[in-house]
Amino acid sequence: MTETSQRPRPLRVLAAMSGGVDSAVAAARAAEAGHDVTGVHLALSANPQSFRTGARGCCTIEDSRDARRAADVIGIPFYVWDLADRFREDVVEDFVAEYEAGRTPNPCLRCNEKIKFAALLDKALALGFDAVCTGHYAQVIVNEDGTRALHRASDMAKDQSYVLGVLDERQLAHALFPLGDTVTTKDEIRAEAERRGLAVAKKPDSHDICFIADGDTQGFLAGRLGKAEGDIVDESGTVVGSHEGAYGFTIGQRKGLRIGTPAADGKPRYVLDISPVNNTVTVGPAASLDVSALTAVRPRWCGTAPTGPGTYTAQLRAHGGETEVTAELVDGTLEVTFSEPVRGVAPGQAIVLYDDTRVVGSATIATTVRAATAMA
Amino acid sequence: MAYLDHAATTPMLPEAVEAMTAHLSITGNASSLHASGRKARRTVEESRETLAEALGARPSEVVFTSGGTEADNLAVKGLYWSRRDADPARTRVLASPVEHHAVLDAVHWLGEHEGATVEYLPVDSYGRVHPEVLREAIARNPDDVALATVMWANNEIGTVLPVRELADVAQEFGVPLHADAVQAFGQVPVDFAASGLAAMTVSGHKIGGPYGIGALLLGREYTPVPVLHGGGQERHVRSGTLDVPAIASFAVAGRLAAEQREWFAHEIGALRDNLVTAVRTAVPDAILGGDPVNRLPANAHFTFPGCEGDSLLLLLDAQGIECSTGSACTAGVAQPSHVLLATGTDPDLARGTLRFSLGHTSTEADVEAVAKAIAPAVERARAAGLT
Repeated sequence: MTETSQRPRPLRVLAAMSGGVDSAVAAARAAEAGHDVTGVHLALSANPQSFRTGARGCCTIEDSRDARRAADVIGIPFYVWDLADRFREDVVEDFVAEYEAGRTPNPCLRCNEKIKFAALLDKALALGFDAVCTGHYAQVIVNEDGTRALHRASDMAKDQSYVLGVLDERQLAHALFPLGDTVTTKDEIRAEAERRGLAVAKKPDSHDICFIADGDTQGFLAGRLGKAEGDIVDESGTVVGSHEGAYGFTIGQRKGLRIGTPAADGKPRYVLDISPVNNTVTVGPAASLDVSALTAVRPRWCGTAPTGPGTYTAQLRAHGGETEVTAELVDGTLEVTFSEPVRGVAPGQAIVLYDDTRVVGSATIATTVRAATAMA
Repeated sequence: MAYLDHAATTPMLPEAVEAMTAHLSITGNASSLHASGRKARRTVEESRETLAEALGARPSEVVFTSGGTEADNLAVKGLYWSRRDADPARTRVLASPVEHHAVLDAVHWLGEHEGATVEYLPVDSYGRVHPEVLREAIARNPDDVALATVMWANNEIGTVLPVRELADVAQEFGVPLHADAVQAFGQVPVDFAASGLAAMTVSGHKIGGPYGIGALLLGREYTPVPVLHGGGQERHVRSGTLDVPAIASFAVAGRLAAEQREWFAHEIGALRDNLVTAVRTAVPDAILGGDPVNRLPANAHFTFPGCEGDSLLLLLDAQGIECSTGSACTAGVAQPSHVLLATGTDPDLARGTLRFSLGHTSTEADVEAVAKAIAPAVERARAAGLT
């Protein structure tokens, strides 16, 4: 006779604590749920910066201290693990290389894939932990057959399943997201932190890329890649301006183009294409941004890869809306067609496919097909 | 729980707690002339005499500080400044590379900001500075040496340095030698007069006294330039109102440390030996760090090849065994120990260290806990590997 208990088995949980309010509350909830929780702050910068007022991200002494303080209040052991080398290789260098190649990477997603649920998870498992816990807003639901699926957070407004879309089933089997089933405002999470005596309750949210302390991505890239003057051309190939490095642009960008010659129709122009090979940025009207299809590489599936074409909802960037697509895996490349043209699709970003709230898989956008081209 | 981190801090002795609490409710600034002040001063001076006796020094040679770090800074910076003031040619500072950061960083600072030429004396694989090494370094130009500093016993690997022999060499050239004796006091014989040292650091909380109190033993002929300027207390070398309760308590702990030193070395040393045997039996390839003979009786330092010391710490902590990797942290991130690197240890190997330090409350049960836990922990930590 088998007996199943309603109460989940207590796990040995390693809680990744950034020093922010979400991961602190997540760790506290995991501990309260009866798990044996140990906190760990990841040192991701080789040279931890000194105190910055309102510092945010993963790289400051202040964040490390805030995380330690929260762990002490929760009453769990706390360690700092130095994953700076791995982070530099897998996230920072990848970020620079992607921009250099004219793409727009998402480093948070890469960090989840390569650091939190790879380097950190592997070390945790080896040390005898059962799971890694983070403050992400997403849900892991156990299917009837025991497999796991990643679902959007109960509160769609805060859902972060997009940046977790790269996780496979094995990674999900060892992931704990205690905030995922919370339908609540950020203020309520802060109130919960306050109630739990966590001093990070009033700490500002993170927005920036954690390894670019001052938020100046262009300055960071210029420092890494140097200046490389080139042309800005229109769709006919006519030179309409110049730039100091093609990597400084993102598809769909309108501001900061500094084009002297106005467009023939007088309408605003947007970045349509970035070509690192000839260091050229192509601009054109908004209508030319419309994309009808794309291909995406490095697909990762949560569970078995689908066979044949399927209909999904897709998300194309963090905090982006949902869009209807059909997608099919052809020779390892995901071919996606939109039911309605979408605007501002940047190669390098991830496309995450959903079946209702369930994450089916993700891939990195490689090429796009312009709606205008397709119609022509 | 097995507390095996006494080198970080050791529980206060009941007698020291009693002395401290008794004085907390007594008013009196030891610099005041009235009755309350005189009473406080009497406590301070009696404590000074007690400590002097425990350390083989004259009472006037005991300069109270806020602890080991301040005493080290006063010795290193103060003696450098005063010696250089007397002769501007004296800008060379000789230091062992295995010093505690309180000395190492002070010396480094002199090099960065005060024009000092810092020379690190080579050590052997046990972390010892040999007298002939010091002789060679000084003899190269005895006139430009401001001071030399070596630790009496190393806080990480437990090696005891030949302080007496080193002081003989320094004396021969008229160079003041400072020794950090924070770990040595209470564990090996420490006699300031017999040592031939110019200055020596001791600390309260490492010997069962309170935090925040220490002393620099300072030969009467030395007047280091103060680090703290103010009311001129402590021979005008260390200003600041004296912490009477802490001083009284420190003195009690110091007296007991000296009185019980032989018992400590014998009893705790035997316990430590058991721990070393247990660890080596459980993990045959564990490497005992430091001098196997001339070492602190309470120190057991190991390197576990293929392990991250941090991982071991986490695994043992989870079982209530509290120890240390022995090395310093930067923003909470363990760095490879400068002590091990100085002894020529491979940097990867240097990441897998654990320091067990015993003390007056250690028991056979503590050793048994380690004996039971260490092999599985090492196996796990090896699986986790080096990141």
